[in-house]
Amino acid sequence: MLSNYIKSIGQYFIMIYDTFKRMTKTSELRRLILQEIDDLIISSLGIVVFISFFIGAVIAIQTALNFSNPFVPKSLIGFAARQSIILEFAPTFVAIIMAGKVGSYITSSIGTMRVSEQIDALEVMGINSLNYLVFPKIVAMCLFPFVIAISMFVGIIGAYIASVYGGFLSSEAFLTGLQEDFVPFQVFYAFLKSFIFALILATVPSFHGYYMKGGSLEVGHAATTSFVWTSVIIIFMNYFITQLLLS
Amino acid sequence: MIKVRDLHKSFDDLDVLKGVDAEFEKGKTNLIIGQSGSGKTVFLKCLLGLIIPDSGRIEYNGKSYKNFSKDEKREISKQMGMVFQGGALFDSMTVEENVKFPLKMLTKMSRQDMQNRVEEVLDRVNLVDTNHKLPSEISGGMQKRVSIARAIVNKPNFLFCDEPNSGLDPRTASVIDNLIQEITHENDITTVINTHDMNSVFEIGENIIYLEDGVKAWEGNKNNIYKTDNQKLTDFVYASNLFKKVRIAQKEGL
Repeated sequence: MLSNYIKSIGQYFIMIYDTFKRMTKTSELRRLILQEIDDLIISSLGIVVFISFFIGAVIAIQTALNFSNPFVPKSLIGFAARQSIILEFAPTFVAIIMAGKVGSYITSSIGTMRVSEQIDALEVMGINSLNYLVFPKIVAMCLFPFVIAISMFVGIIGAYIASVYGGFLSSEAFLTGLQEDFVPFQVFYAFLKSFIFALILATVPSFHGYYMKGGSLEVGHAATTSFVWTSVIIIFMNYFITQLLLS
Repeated sequence: MIKVRDLHKSFDDLDVLKGVDAEFEKGKTNLIIGQSGSGKTVFLKCLLGLIIPDSGRIEYNGKSYKNFSKDEKREISKQMGMVFQGGALFDSMTVEENVKFPLKMLTKMSRQDMQNRVEEVLDRVNLVDTNHKLPSEISGGMQKRVSIARAIVNKPNFLFCDEPNSGLDPRTASVIDNLIQEITHENDITTVINTHDMNSVFEIGENIIYLEDGVKAWEGNKNNIYKTDNQKLTDFVYASNLFKKVRIAQKEGL
């Protein structure tokens, strides 16, 4: 059992090394990268905006409802919403959502290519299938921090609308809280960890798809396993990066 | 020409190939036959370089694959065309894009030259008005022809086919068999076909190798397979009632 895990970890790093060997023709690579940006990033914006808006709103309402003490300034709602959204909700929560949406898409698309021998076809032609399939995904996912920036912005808009139009505090108080004790390094921390999550989101599901064995049923199984492992690794890395940069 | 010497391959405790020797001649349709689990697919994948054998020697045009440099290995891959059992067509690409793919990836041809070559091979495999269709929009027989077109578009020296007519009706299967044989003769290439289909054996079997439990148990051609006294081979070849009747008729001189 343990040896299997160690073997898989080794295989994962060999896969990453092989991904950067024998590059695909530049013109084809450019086309593949643009295609992956569309499939992985652009197509995820709708769900990210929708979830960010309502989660931002819920964070603001929950904070407002729990601040019953009259001595606590109302502006703290804006402050708490900003901190929760920038530090945790946008980078980590959205990464977990992306593990479900993008991760299972990557695993099932590569897994289906494995089952239908399309990966073998690439190899027989002398093409580095890992570079052809995984490298464009890694490059496309480098735009993930931009998704996180959008998520932060929309989350704060959601928090503003819910708290101001919900009658919990005034617009001025929310904006004051939003700017209170702002530490720019925290935004850097959020983007840095979202970049690391992006690499995990591109490579872990690719690994599960590329090395899967069996038929169509196993593709579904691989997609589920990939989601579980991607989430576990993201949550562990979140702890590790936070300990490293913020404590 | 491909020469194989003492090829061994095992997976965990299972010995799949136990010292296979074979020679596949240029300009001939070489068939590998054998029951399921006899090691045919593993053998073919070893020839393609998709599976690394444990020991033994594979020579392409007189040079051992083991002694090839990285560049030579890449070069030999470019000389190989493969028709997979299920077609292995890229399902997000149209027929034309599938056939054009090896040219786009491996050559520096101009767009016009690529287009001309694609039209030429699609015409050769008798595919008309399918250029802009997706693989899911055409029949199984047509998918096999697209797969053949993709395999030969780069003018390979070696053509490998894994069960090229599985899942096809007998008439379409015969058309595919004859197409492969014609392409082999026209281009003077080394073709290796992995098959279960006895019609293929009797139609295009210019050199036949029978694998039995990971070893070569018989070698011959479509003419002398009738006369074999290898019991396991005759049991395999004449398993169907139709072929049993054919054999009885032949023995009786009918």
